[in-house]
Parts: sequence; structure tokens; C-alpha cells
Amino acid sequence: MKDERIVGIDLGTTNSLVAYMEGDSPVVIPSEDGSNLVPSVVGLDQNNQFVVGNTARTILIEHPERAVYSVKRLMGRGIDDIQEELKLFPFRVSEDVKPGEVLRIKLGDREFTPPEISALVLRQLKKNAERFFGSPITKAVITVPAYFNDAQRQATKDAGRIAGLEVLRLVNEPTAASLAYGLDKRRDGIVAVYDLGGGTFDISILKLHEGIFEVLATNGDTHLGGDDIDNLLLAIALDDIAGDLKLDLRRNAEAIQALRKAVIDTKIALSSKPEAQIDVDLPQGKRYQRTITRQQFEQLIEPIIQRTVAPCKQALADAKLQPSQIEEVVLVGGSTRIPKVHALVKELFQREPHTELNPDEVVALGAAVQAHILSGGSAATKDMLLLDVTPLSLGIEALGGVVAKIIQRNSTIPASATEHFTTGVEGQTNVAIHVVQGERELAKDCRSLARFDLKGIPPMPAGLPRIEVKFLIDANGILHVSAKEQRSGKEAEIEVKPTYGLTDDQVEQMILESFDYAEEDFRQRQIVEARNEAENILLALEKGRHNPAWQRLTEQERREIAEREIALQQAKGSDEYKQIRSAVDALNEATMRLAELMMDSAVTTALKGQNMDSTDLQGGPTASHPIAPAEITQD
Amino acid sequence: MATHLTQAAAVAACWSCGQPASQHFCEACGKIQPVQNIDYFSTLGLPRKLHIDMATLEREFYRLSRKLHPDLFARATVREQEWSTEKTSQLNDAYRTLKDWIARTAYLLELEGVKLEEQSRNATDTARQSGAEKKQVVPPDLLEEVFELNMQLEEMRMNKQMGEDDPGIARDLQNAKEKFEQKMNDLTTELQSYWDQWDALIPPGENEPKDQQSRIRVRDQMVDLLNRRSYIRNLVRDVNEALA
Repeated sequence: MKDERIVGIDLGTTNSLVAYMEGDSPVVIPSEDGSNLVPSVVGLDQNNQFVVGNTARTILIEHPERAVYSVKRLMGRGIDDIQEELKLFPFRVSEDVKPGEVLRIKLGDREFTPPEISALVLRQLKKNAERFFGSPITKAVITVPAYFNDAQRQATKDAGRIAGLEVLRLVNEPTAASLAYGLDKRRDGIVAVYDLGGGTFDISILKLHEGIFEVLATNGDTHLGGDDIDNLLLAIALDDIAGDLKLDLRRNAEAIQALRKAVIDTKIALSSKPEAQIDVDLPQGKRYQRTITRQQFEQLIEPIIQRTVAPCKQALADAKLQPSQIEEVVLVGGSTRIPKVHALVKELFQREPHTELNPDEVVALGAAVQAHILSGGSAATKDMLLLDVTPLSLGIEALGGVVAKIIQRNSTIPASATEHFTTGVEGQTNVAIHVVQGERELAKDCRSLARFDLKGIPPMPAGLPRIEVKFLIDANGILHVSAKEQRSGKEAEIEVKPTYGLTDDQVEQMILESFDYAEEDFRQRQIVEARNEAENILLALEKGRHNPAWQRLTEQERREIAEREIALQQAKGSDEYKQIRSAVDALNEATMRLAELMMDSAVTTALKGQNMDSTDLQGGPTASHPIAPAEITQD
Repeated sequence: MATHLTQAAAVAACWSCGQPASQHFCEACGKIQPVQNIDYFSTLGLPRKLHIDMATLEREFYRLSRKLHPDLFARATVREQEWSTEKTSQLNDAYRTLKDWIARTAYLLELEGVKLEEQSRNATDTARQSGAEKKQVVPPDLLEEVFELNMQLEEMRMNKQMGEDDPGIARDLQNAKEKFEQKMNDLTTELQSYWDQWDALIPPGENEPKDQQSRIRVRDQMVDLLNRRSYIRNLVRDVNEALA
């Protein structure tokens, strides 16, 4: 049996991509509209159908309440964590989310958890790949920011499952980028990867040795990126507008989205031009215009990009290296296109960074390389092996709320630690363990991962039971815990309460629901598409009747067309897409000769040197045969 | 003891084909073998010696990673994937510990039955429960100097609180710090001379020392030196904090 293809996915804050290995090199799979980047935006269209990507972005601007973006910022987080984000992002979080619960976001009249929203983006990428290959895709490698904690990683994995993808590996984004670069460079040495994306920042330092990519240290900030620059520009624009135009737009979601788009365009323009203008129409017939010079822009963003310096220095210190020992620097993420960011990295590492690979695509390309390695590899990837690290220390809460670290940050994964616990009271049968992640001294300042309840300890005098608990961080950076009572040899039962994660049951339920929705969604889409096709061919026929070619048809042909036209008019209203389709096909067949005649006359006219437009070629039935979208059925 | 385990492992039968399997793989069919509870030295195929050539250690780590890493088992059975993950975690833990000389020495002493970590943790817990500051036994020959240093540290902290700046004390502390750093270096050299002694106790081709009396003597001397060194290291850290 031929091994199934595994794709590599970059699930980004702003854009997402899917890539695969074509022969010896990774390639991005384009979406239906031909673009490589799929905006990570999910929307609901007029028919209450999910749309993802560019279409959803249009909805975001026109009906902001029917679209969600930058949901990656909410992955694996609780209501308490996101208060700052809520001030800056128009997330509509359900009112009754309690602390400790998984967030739910409103979209139209339904509510979704962040993994479910991400799953819709993944499902779109999966669909793009399936259309591209013409076969089902069920396995993927997905990238995550290196500095993602356990809960954020678990949420990403859940999203994959909900989308119907088996996530074979979560790969850290900067590491993936280094794989893409390493594939054609094949050089040994110390490399730094500086990854400033839409919403996250990572720095990783790697040692490359004969195909082994050993991460020495990683650091970052999971809430630092291009979004922050956009928000800054947006805040300035809103202030300007309130001051100069006496217009308070803070509650006007539509106007804010239009303004956001305008400042993003300006930001992008400033990477190649010395100045650019924000120019946007506002409600009440007002208009906001402001020119920003690159110098002003650079001053504005300085505090934001300076926040990347401390993580870089920490990573260098952790790797026990001086900046001068870094032999190559690689830039990843759209925000590294900003000249000031480029200059900062150059100064920090005292060398010109690499930008040969498109910073928007390099992570997806690396994910494809890793997917290829997992599927057995080829000569091109034969010796390649990724040895990644855990970005944050793992600890357990000890007496007095302090953290006892059991796995240090930057430990190569998989990594493990074994700890022993006992009881404090005679006959005690439960022991609670609180696991946290982070570098701070007190548990309350770290990220709470989960509370484990060791149950079923045989009743013994206090201090006598000896419970051995094994903590294992797997190659995805996700924690697994197992426990054993050593005196009785009994496997202790562990009840895990993930602090902000979904339970397995919840994920299963979501998979089922997503299938239900997917079926309903798919059925609806088929009807909508068939109706569109019916409208197109009917319209084309209407035009064809005015074409001289119409007169050249036989009476019989014209009658046939008329009959089938009526049949399609009737079928069009049906809820059975097959009925509409077959009526379309019937009319299509009947109008074949009309189309040919129209073509001929168009060509003749063209040869006579007349204007092509007057032949109305584009309105003819020939144009009503769009390439049918691929339909993948799974059985 | 680990040697029994290693010996037992050496004759264990492969789960897949039943042929004798070695530690990580079956000689006959090449299948990955279940995880064994072995020490870090054995994981990397090394005797319990303290002098380790870093280049050799790295080479062996890379060589085993290329065989055991979960990336190579993505298409294997769930059971083999689990073994691969566990074995690789054991390998990574072993490499991380053995490549750092202090961690390596401390680990060897733990293997030799010294409860370094437990001692330190118990002391910390007791101190926390009683609310007192964690007490460490001051090495007697350092008593006088430590006493003086603590006075200076206290004065420095008082000055800081009052917003005063006494360059004299800062200079004294700086001097004391340099003196203690020198001591730490001396202790390191001394400790490493015991490595020579320890390694010499292990006969060629063997994993552990034969002479039990010398084994305990050298071990205890290393424990003493390691404790003194970590005591001084903490002092230097305190001074650095006060000077910052």
C-alpha cells in the first residue's frame, strides 16, 4: 500500500498555508482563488455558510459581527488571560464564560471555541490540498510558535482533530523555517531564527550538524507581532478622528474594520516607500487622510520591536553563546519585512540576515519537509533530524505556593522527570498535584496547566505511601502524566483537569458536530452552487437568443432548447442539487450547437477586424461551464 | 543495581521475534525494544566514569538519536511509538545530565546512594514550614569569612533601603566576591582531582569500582567538596544580587 500523503500546515495568526514535498523541494499548495496565503479569517455568509480566507475577509469589513480573525491569540487561554486582548480586538466572547472554562466566541447566532474556529481554517486548507491532489488528506504536521505553552499546543492539536486531521507532529515555527533553509544550504554551524509574525514572536538558536537540527535555546512572546503595530496605528487614527473630525468610532465596528485595513495597507507601503498615506472614507460623509513618513513610523514602532531584544538576549545566554558566535541569521514572518526590524536584527547579531525564502511561506515549507521526514523521507531528507526543546520550565506547586521545577526550559524533548509523593494524613487516599509552566518562583505567577488528582491510594499511615509520578513531555511539547503507588504496586488512577483545555469528550463531541455541520454545510453549498450555475446558463441563453447564430438553429433545436429551459426554471427552486444539476446538464447539451455557432461567428467577426466585444462572446453559453469544483467523498 | 539490569537486558528476548535483543534494538529483526530502567551512563553505553570526552558524548548522543527518535517511528505501531518517545526522553535526560560536569558529578553521587537532592529539598521544606530561612551548615574553615561577608551584605542592604551609597562597602564586597570565586575555582580543581581517583578505581572493561572501601571514601570526599562548592556558589550569587 502506498503511504498516504502528509501535508505541512502553517496555522498563522493572520494567514495560513498548506504545503507538501514535490520531489525534493517543498511547495505551497494554492487555494481555489490562486493565492498561497489563506487569511485566517472565518465568516458566515448570507446563506449562513462558513467561509474562510479572502471571502471571509470581505465579510469582516462589511459585517464585522459575522467574522472572526486572529483567533490564534485565544488558543489555550482563559477569560482571565485575555482581558488585555479584549481591549484591542473585537472578539465577541460569550457572556457566560467562567474563569477556568474554555472560551466561546460568538459568530452569527452560534458560539464556537477557539479550536473550533481554527478547525474551520484547517478544514479549508485540507480542502485546498484535496482539490490539488484529487485524493483525501487525513494527516498533517502543524506548526506552532516555539513559545506556545502546553495548553496552546493542546488546543492546536484539538483543532486538527476537529478538522478531521490526524496531527502527526506539532513543529515549532522557527525550527520549521530552519528546516526549509537547511534543505538547500546543508551547512554546519550555529543559526539564529528570528520570527516576528502577525501575533507571535519567537527566537530560536540552533546547532546544525550533519543534518541534525539541534535547538539549543528558544524564547519569545506569544503576544507580540504585526497586530500590535496595527493596533498602535489604529489607536492614533481613532484619536485623530475623535479630535479633528469630532467623530467617535470606538463603538462602530464596521468603521474600525475599514480603518484597520487602511492602516495595515499604510504599514505595508511604508516597508518600500519613504512615506504613505492613510486614506479612508468614514461615516457621515467624512474622510480621514494622514500622511505618515517612514521616520515617524519607525519612531512609533520602536517600543514594540524593542520588546524582541530581551528574548533574543535570554536565548543567547541560555545557549551560552555570544552574538558573534551566531554564524547565520534567518528572518521569518511578515513583520520582518519592515526595514527597521531588519536593521534591529542585523545590529543584534552583527550580521546580514537571510531573506532568500519568502518570510510568509518559509514556515509552511519547513512543515512540509518535516511531514516528508515523518512519512519516511527520501534522499533529500535522509539525514535530517530535528531535536527541539521545551520553551518553558515545568514545575509542580510545592508547600507555600512555590514552584519546584522538574524539567528546565530548553531541555531537549522528549524529556521526562520522575517525582515521588506521599500522604500527609493517615488513611489519605487522594493526593492533588498542581502542574504549572513558566519561569517564575510562585505558582500563581506561572501558567497553570492542570490539576491532577491521584486517586485510589491504599489507606496507610501518613507518609508511608510512595507514589511515583512520571512527567513526560513528548516530541510535540505536550505533557503526559502517569502514576504508580510503589508499595502496593498499584497503578494510581489519575484524573486530569486541564486548566483551560477541552476534555477528550468535548473534542469528540465537536468532531461529531463538525461532521453534522459539514454535511449540512456541504449540502447547502452544493445547492447554492447548482443554482448559480442554473442562473448563469439561463442568462447566457437569454443573450444567445439575440445573437445572429440563434437564427441558424433548426426549428427542432430551438424547440428542444425551450423545453429544457422550462425544465430548468422549474428545477431551480428544488432542494435537490442533483435535480438542478441534471437540468443544467440537459440544457447545456441542447445549447451545444448554439455555442459552437456563436464561437464561429465570433472568430469570423474577429478576422474581419471588428470589435470582439460586440459579438458578446463572453455572454454565450460557452462561458457558463466553470471548472467544476472537485468533490471529495470519503468512505 | 544497574549492572544486574543491564545484564538481564542483554539476554532479554525480543518481543517481536524472540531472538536475544540488546538494550535498544533486537539484533536479529531490528525492532525497537521496551524501555528499561537503566542509569544515564548505561543509556549512553558508558562506564560510570567522571571524565567524559565531550566530542565522543555528543557523537554517541547524535548516533542514538538518529535511531531512537519518535520522528523515525511515525509509521510504527502505537506501542513502538511510545517506546521510542520514552527511550528518547531517557537519552535526552541522560545527555543533558552527563554533559554538565556538576550535574554529572551530582548524578553519580546519587547513583552511589547519596541523597543530595532529597537532603536539599527536605531542608527547604522544613525551613518553609517553620518560616525560618533555610539553614545551611557553614563549612568550619569558612566560618569567619562568611560571618564577615554576611555583615557586609546586611550593611549593603540597609544602605540600599536608606538610599545611601557607600563605595567602601561595595569595594569590600567586590573583594570578598573575588576571593570566594577563587575558592570556588580551587574547589573545582580539587573536586576534579577526585574524578581521577574515582575513574582509576574502575578496572578496564568494568562499569563500576571493585574496591568497596575506596569507593565509599572517594564518594564521601566528593560529596563534601560538592556541598562546599554549592555553598560558596550561593554566597557569590547573594553578593552579585547585592551589588546589582
